[in-house]
Amino acid sequence: MEHFIEIKNLYKKYKNAEDFSVNDISLSIDKNEIYGILGPNGAGKTTLISMLSGLIKPTSGQFKIDGLTPQKNGFKLRQIIGIVPQEYALYPTLTARENLMFFGSLYGLSHKKLKNAIDESLEIMGLSKFADKKVEQFSGGMKRRCNLIAGTLHNPKVLFLDEPTVGVDVQSKKAIIDHLLDLNKKGTCIIYTSHHLSEAEEFCTKIAIIDHGKIHAVGTPEELVNRVSNAENLEDVFISLTGKELRDVVV
Amino acid sequence: MLLYKLWRSFVKEILLLKRDIGGIVIIFVMPLLLIITITLIQDSTFKNLEGSKIPIIFIDKDKSEVSKNIKQELESSKSFELLTNFTEKSARDAVFGGDYQMAIVIPENLTKDINSNIDSKVQAIVSSFGLENDTSAVKKNVSKAKDIHLYFDPATNIGFKNNVMNAVNKMVFEIENKKIYKAFQDQLGTTENLAENKNLISFKEITPKKGKMDVMPNSVQHNVPAWALFAIFFIVVPLSINLVKEKSQGTSVRARISPTPYFIHILGKTFTYLIICIIQFLLMVAVGIYLFPYMDLPQFDVTGKMFQLIVVTIFAGLAAIGFGVLLGTIADTQEQSAPFGATSVVVLAAVGGIWVPVFLMPEFMQTIAKFSPMNWGLNAYYDIILRNSGIGGIAKEITFLFLFYVAMVAISLFYERKQNAV
Repeated sequence: MEHFIEIKNLYKKYKNAEDFSVNDISLSIDKNEIYGILGPNGAGKTTLISMLSGLIKPTSGQFKIDGLTPQKNGFKLRQIIGIVPQEYALYPTLTARENLMFFGSLYGLSHKKLKNAIDESLEIMGLSKFADKKVEQFSGGMKRRCNLIAGTLHNPKVLFLDEPTVGVDVQSKKAIIDHLLDLNKKGTCIIYTSHHLSEAEEFCTKIAIIDHGKIHAVGTPEELVNRVSNAENLEDVFISLTGKELRDVVV
Repeated sequence: MLLYKLWRSFVKEILLLKRDIGGIVIIFVMPLLLIITITLIQDSTFKNLEGSKIPIIFIDKDKSEVSKNIKQELESSKSFELLTNFTEKSARDAVFGGDYQMAIVIPENLTKDINSNIDSKVQAIVSSFGLENDTSAVKKNVSKAKDIHLYFDPATNIGFKNNVMNAVNKMVFEIENKKIYKAFQDQLGTTENLAENKNLISFKEITPKKGKMDVMPNSVQHNVPAWALFAIFFIVVPLSINLVKEKSQGTSVRARISPTPYFIHILGKTFTYLIICIIQFLLMVAVGIYLFPYMDLPQFDVTGKMFQLIVVTIFAGLAAIGFGVLLGTIADTQEQSAPFGATSVVVLAAVGGIWVPVFLMPEFMQTIAKFSPMNWGLNAYYDIILRNSGIGGIAKEITFLFLFYVAMVAISLFYERKQNAV
């Protein structure tokens, strides 16, 4: 059976780098998954997501999303992908609505559909009151929520999120996670990186732990906890697989 | 659907500009300040404005006819204020010390010596024709030629120095001429006023005509298009910064992974910045037409030329936008794009003939100037304003400007694709 996302022997080595950032990764992800990619700093999470979302070119290897490859079906692939990058990726001097009108239009939504989608998303994320305020006036949590809306206005089939809840308060985090769960229920496959292991344990249906560009373990959170002796939670599994050594990374 | 994407991209660019008041001031006000300042400075070098006389030291040791004539000529030129309360030594110290631009010292007995030299030469000529009765009267002793001393401040502009030296030379030559005629009159005993025929050859400048009107170039006709072009090209700086900011803010990431081609973003920016270029040009034309006459400057005349000028502005704007897009696409930081953009525009302006006319440049620089988009733009403006050309006359220049835009954008698209190919 073909999976929704098939990754085969994917490698990435940056110019002048000594080691591979992604080193022979192969994964299969189903359509209904919320897939967590966890790993310490510099493990290769962002590089993997950047390759899958079409931001950078793999050194070698292949991947397919919904049967589409970037080489043959680049345009179609871009239509079904959504991305929520780690940085806010919004124009600070534009209002939330102006930002969303621009980013939504890039996906070919008509003016009316786009307006409705923006109103609905702003309402869900509790930003309706601030729709016409400049993003630079927003708190970190508001910016994160707006960032999420910008990546999901076109109802993508697959959504890549790079640390979507970093630096936000509990309320904003809950709003973001609830919205992502809702999107997943409606059929969006979610690929997610995070340092919040407890959040991933609760939120993800499947997790891959990667380090030094390689996959160390794949499974449901329960499977991973059961696989490591004396592990009580995902954090124990994570430390057991990736070690206690500090991971200060110079990119 | 592409049109809607283009429209949203255009709206986004307009909103970003609207919210950047400092940027708007730089884009629109700085070029106006530039054009007013440059035109005022350049105009004053051609025109004698009230109260703008250059003080120079004039020392008259001759105190006779020739020195009085020179003094009178200098005073009547209205360019100079003559300061006479100096000795030659104090004048030299003051000029070499940078207090004054120049000093003119007329030597003692200059008139007397010129008169005796001319008289003796004329007598010699007349006697050689056998017209002189008393040959013993022919003076044999010819005095040595006298030097008029000119002292210049070493920092004085070479052009100014040459102009003054030419003017003094011409004055002395005319005085000598008059005296030679006078000497012949006296020797031959004729009453005909020979000195009146001093200019046997004269010059008449024939200017291009528009209808029955002469097209008279002035500093404003030269400066407005030249500096308008300079300002138009300066949008390279804000445009490249705009592109670099999108990279650092991460907004370009969203644009890159979307199913919207990169050229749509470039077109959105092109339309926005093209409007800025046209507004910049119109503001400068408005200053030339409405403000300059109040500043005692000639009015900028665009009668019947506005359409052609706008056409050139559009194509020059496209060339500038193309360059800005390429710079913004290649640069990684604002620290790279802003100084490089500003410096390269100044270099392009220099090479293009905005500051020094191309014909005055060394031969290899003249060849390089032919490849400068600012030179194409400047030639197109001058063709319209000073040479009365129509669209046909500027077709070559605007084609080059358009091809430059296409080439710059094509390189940007290629570079962007190569960098981000998946």
